[in-house]
Amino acid sequence: MMNQRKGLGKKKLLIEGVAIVAIALILAFVIPAVLPAFRLKLLGRFLGLAIVSLGIDLIWGYTGLLSLGHGIFFALGGYGLAMHLKLQLPSGELPEFFTLYGVDKLPWFWQPFSSFPFTIMAIILIPSLVAALLGYLVFRNRIKGVYFSILTQAALLVFFNFFNGQQKLINGTNGLKTSTEHIFGVMAGSDSAQWAFYEITIVCLILAYILCRWLTSGRFGRLLVAIRDDEMRLRFSGYNPTGYKVLVFAVSGAIAGVAGALYTVQTGIITPKFMEVAFSIEMVIWVAVGGRGTLVGAIVGTLLVRYARTILSEEFPEVWLFFQGGLFLLVVTVLPDGIVGWIRDKRWGKKRVITYPGLEEMVEPQMNADEYG
Amino acid sequence: MLELLIAIFNGISIGSVLLMAALGLAIVFGLMGVINLAHGELMMLGAYTTFVVQNVLKGWGDSWFEVYIFLALPAAFLVAALAGLILEKGVIRYLYGRPLETLLATWGVSLILRQFVRSVNGSIAMGIGVFCCLFFGGLFLLRRRRNWERIKKWAIPTIGSLSLAMAIFKILLLVNLGNKALTKPWFSARNVDVTAPVWLQGGLPLGDFQIPSARIFIIILTLLCLIGTYWFLHRSQWGLRIRAVTQNRTMSACLGVRTSQVDGLTFALGSGLAGIAGCAVTLLGSVGPNTGQNYIVDTFIVVVVGGVGNLLGTIVAAMGIGTLDYLIGSKTLVPMLVGVEPWESFFDFFGTTSMSKVIVFALIIAFLQIKPAGMFPQKGRTSEL
Amino acid sequence: MAQGLGRRKFLIYGSAGLGTSLLLKACGGSPTSGGGGDIIKVGILHSYSGTLAISERTVVDAEMLAIQEINAAGGVLGKQIEVVQEDGSSDWPTFAEKAEKLIEKDQVVTIFGCWTSASRKAVKDVFESKNHMLWYPVQYEGQECSKNIFYTGATPNQQIEPAVDWLLANKGKEFFLVGSDYVFPRTANTIIKEQLKAKGGTTVGEDYLPLGNIEVTGIISKIKGALPNGGVIFNSLNGDSNAAFFKQLKSSGLTPDKYPTMSVSIAEEEVRQIGKDFLVGHYAAWNYFQTVDTPQNKEWVKRFKAEYGEDRVTNDPMEAAYIMVYLWKQAVEKAGTAEDLEKVRMAAIGQSFDAPEGKVTMKANHHITKTVRIGKVRDDGLFDIVWSTDGPLEPEPWNQYVPATKGYGCDWSDPSKGGKYKI
Repeated sequence: MMNQRKGLGKKKLLIEGVAIVAIALILAFVIPAVLPAFRLKLLGRFLGLAIVSLGIDLIWGYTGLLSLGHGIFFALGGYGLAMHLKLQLPSGELPEFFTLYGVDKLPWFWQPFSSFPFTIMAIILIPSLVAALLGYLVFRNRIKGVYFSILTQAALLVFFNFFNGQQKLINGTNGLKTSTEHIFGVMAGSDSAQWAFYEITIVCLILAYILCRWLTSGRFGRLLVAIRDDEMRLRFSGYNPTGYKVLVFAVSGAIAGVAGALYTVQTGIITPKFMEVAFSIEMVIWVAVGGRGTLVGAIVGTLLVRYARTILSEEFPEVWLFFQGGLFLLVVTVLPDGIVGWIRDKRWGKKRVITYPGLEEMVEPQMNADEYG
Repeated sequence: MLELLIAIFNGISIGSVLLMAALGLAIVFGLMGVINLAHGELMMLGAYTTFVVQNVLKGWGDSWFEVYIFLALPAAFLVAALAGLILEKGVIRYLYGRPLETLLATWGVSLILRQFVRSVNGSIAMGIGVFCCLFFGGLFLLRRRRNWERIKKWAIPTIGSLSLAMAIFKILLLVNLGNKALTKPWFSARNVDVTAPVWLQGGLPLGDFQIPSARIFIIILTLLCLIGTYWFLHRSQWGLRIRAVTQNRTMSACLGVRTSQVDGLTFALGSGLAGIAGCAVTLLGSVGPNTGQNYIVDTFIVVVVGGVGNLLGTIVAAMGIGTLDYLIGSKTLVPMLVGVEPWESFFDFFGTTSMSKVIVFALIIAFLQIKPAGMFPQKGRTSEL
Repeated sequence: MAQGLGRRKFLIYGSAGLGTSLLLKACGGSPTSGGGGDIIKVGILHSYSGTLAISERTVVDAEMLAIQEINAAGGVLGKQIEVVQEDGSSDWPTFAEKAEKLIEKDQVVTIFGCWTSASRKAVKDVFESKNHMLWYPVQYEGQECSKNIFYTGATPNQQIEPAVDWLLANKGKEFFLVGSDYVFPRTANTIIKEQLKAKGGTTVGEDYLPLGNIEVTGIISKIKGALPNGGVIFNSLNGDSNAAFFKQLKSSGLTPDKYPTMSVSIAEEEVRQIGKDFLVGHYAAWNYFQTVDTPQNKEWVKRFKAEYGEDRVTNDPMEAAYIMVYLWKQAVEKAGTAEDLEKVRMAAIGQSFDAPEGKVTMKANHHITKTVRIGKVRDDGLFDIVWSTDGPLEPEPWNQYVPATKGYGCDWSDPSKGGKYKI
């Protein structure tokens, strides 16, 4: 019996692996041949965004923590790579915008970004460290649920203000442009570089998927779901969820950082706008539409919503906000499992996710458990 | 000395705007556990109501115009309360106990409301009217049928989509007719101008300084709202019911309190207060579709810091954040710290309006390390339910 | 449960209904795509949604008016102009994305668009890498001169510098600088500070508000602290902050007689939105006001009001937007082609147009000559023109007060000089 189940599991895993490789090959080789260049570029960007939704799904869909501040990590990753690209200059020269504000010396935190290995490390590590610090300070006090959401949102606002206000350090609202800069001697906006970024995005998306898949299966994954479903009980069973929550938040932040970097080089610009409240909430809706608690759902949701947005705002810009608002209402009231969850319901006739991530609990007007002590 | 007094006054006046905006939120969040991200948009509705009232009274003559604010306040309260009631009955009612979903749903509502004031015009309003007539009229007729319980499963969606289709058809028809009176947006995406009456434009001279009368008006209004809310919650019949439901919903229901009515009322009250806040901020700034967005995050922070379900906490938090924000942002502290490095350059660097927010947030996070449940946490067993 | 299912179904069907009708609208809404060989496609790229929609829609109105007029008069080179509109939704990356779409998918021959410097800078790379053409209608901070952009708004020496000179001569030597926290006010204030240093004025303080912030109490106390006995306030705030600033300026007793305020982002449209009561007596510097007394302007205002309604006003960016469509048309006609952008670019240099503000000429640095005016807000919300230059001023994209760009110029008619050369 046990063995049989194990065998079944292995077979399923194999099918999944084959499916991933097949989809990846199609994305990498067939689609570029069919799609016109402009649409392909869009697809590349959307796939970049799909990576960040994987991160959100990890923290929200599986762990039940709704982060409204993923824009921070996304933008930090983007800024990291953009700073590296900006520094591809003959030695002694400064990026052009500095001279506009009368800055004649490179600020200290720019300096390490001239090294490529450091930049790659920074894209992953800086967002995850920021996430870990924020997460530690918040989770340590058992702040959770909506309080966590609101605090992440406030943190987002603060980062936005900081980046928006520092013209002399980071070029303020204008942000950093990358498409005319060079990476390994190739112009970042050129077709060949864009094609490379597209392929790298696919590789990163698959890596992120495998990482999330690995984290959410097995013991660790069950722990996450336990945190989502009944953190109190988990605590009573002798676990301390704080560490796990910090870890998963940091991983999610790192994923968002990578996504931000890839998105930035494909759009050609990173600005503090990526840290606006609306953008981070929009990320959540991608996951919700696709189906939280399912990794495929996060990817599918992102692609669908972004394409809907592109098409709608090309035809009638006014309708987009109505549509987006309606989408929020619809997903919350009618399709709490998202599209993937709905299809699975139809197909298997039963729910495989027993609870909707962390949402069926009562509100907790109290955040600490001092009274128990 | 005078400067310090002025600084405190300015801090309090910033705080009272925050408090005004946070009061309704504190009630809804504290008593019902509902995160209402559309709270800012309810404020915006209040502000637009003020604009409409003002324009109506402009037509009646100058003496009316001078007192428009006293008519606008109740009107803003009523409009926002009504909108809140519809929101509660239409959406939030189904989401009690699921705060994160409420958060997302109300964000959706806030997006819709923002676009609504931008593009509302005669034909859209008529379309909404047509939809309501058809849908609710149809429901009313069908409800009287014997087999209502049986057919309702498919009847409601059918009527719904039919009336929606009719409404959209009607809108398209009106738009294609090209009647300018019907297709011209009422407010459009532009900001609208709300001009305060003359007696609120000036200020009271105080030595070299002048205290803006609009600020004084807002402080008094905030005080009145606080007293009114306190009285309503603690001295009236409905307030008793609201508090009862907050403490123990099941028990209250058993004792004959209609909890759904109480929920509706609480939400309407909170929304109405948002409307009044919206009316008040027209005295300070302009009114536009994004007015509400300027306040929403700050007000939530006030509620979180103050501790949930506690008016006193909300007051202290609003005043504290307002004063801090002002003291850092206006560099009032810098002259006192001359020579005290590194503090002088520290406050100098953060001494702009945008950077002071960074410090205030850091302080809030630090504060929550000491008091994670806010300033005045609720005591008792209900808290860990 | 049954009810829950009912609600669920209802919403599904409802949304399906909505979706279908949207599709129907989509099909009905765009019957003219494709088209034959007798049209010229141009793009308009402004924000139709988001915070900037307020300002950018008025500019779109002016552009559409110009295009309608040209089409009614027979079009360009005998071809009708067809407009493809895109929404930048007040978001710089979206601007870049949509610019690419207009160029690659719609194959437009030129694009009229952008409002803030940030949006222009975001699309600049796109236009340069595709060697395409953008017309930009707003006054800006300068320090830029792209081969692929034509600028019909004022450079600092056509707006800010004359305003500062005028203030120094007439209103006082002590300046407090207030601005929104983004590139235009920051750069403008850098220029003003250098200019004051050179001309004997002093900067007693400066402060920046985040875009959209309306809590201005801190700034007002800083102004009072720095200028206890009155002085000049130079205001480059943009958007919502202006309304809060002027309302509270008035209620704090900072009246225009002691604290004259010179604004560079407040035109007729903004006066209307803030409320004229709060602005009466304050100043603004522009190249165009609705009250400019030229026959072209009277005619233009009349046509504009006839098209969009009696309650509308015209302002400087709208006028610049109107000008640029005509300058493009003249350039295309001189070049004899709309598609060969290199020819159109060369033909554009030297084109003159009798604009509402007076005669303007496109110079070799892709900027136009402009007359500078200073207006004082009147009781009816329009401006009294209290001062103006005798004729149009030459544009200087590279600022001559800022040390880093002093002595540089721009000349696209001479390949050896280009975007930035030492004069």
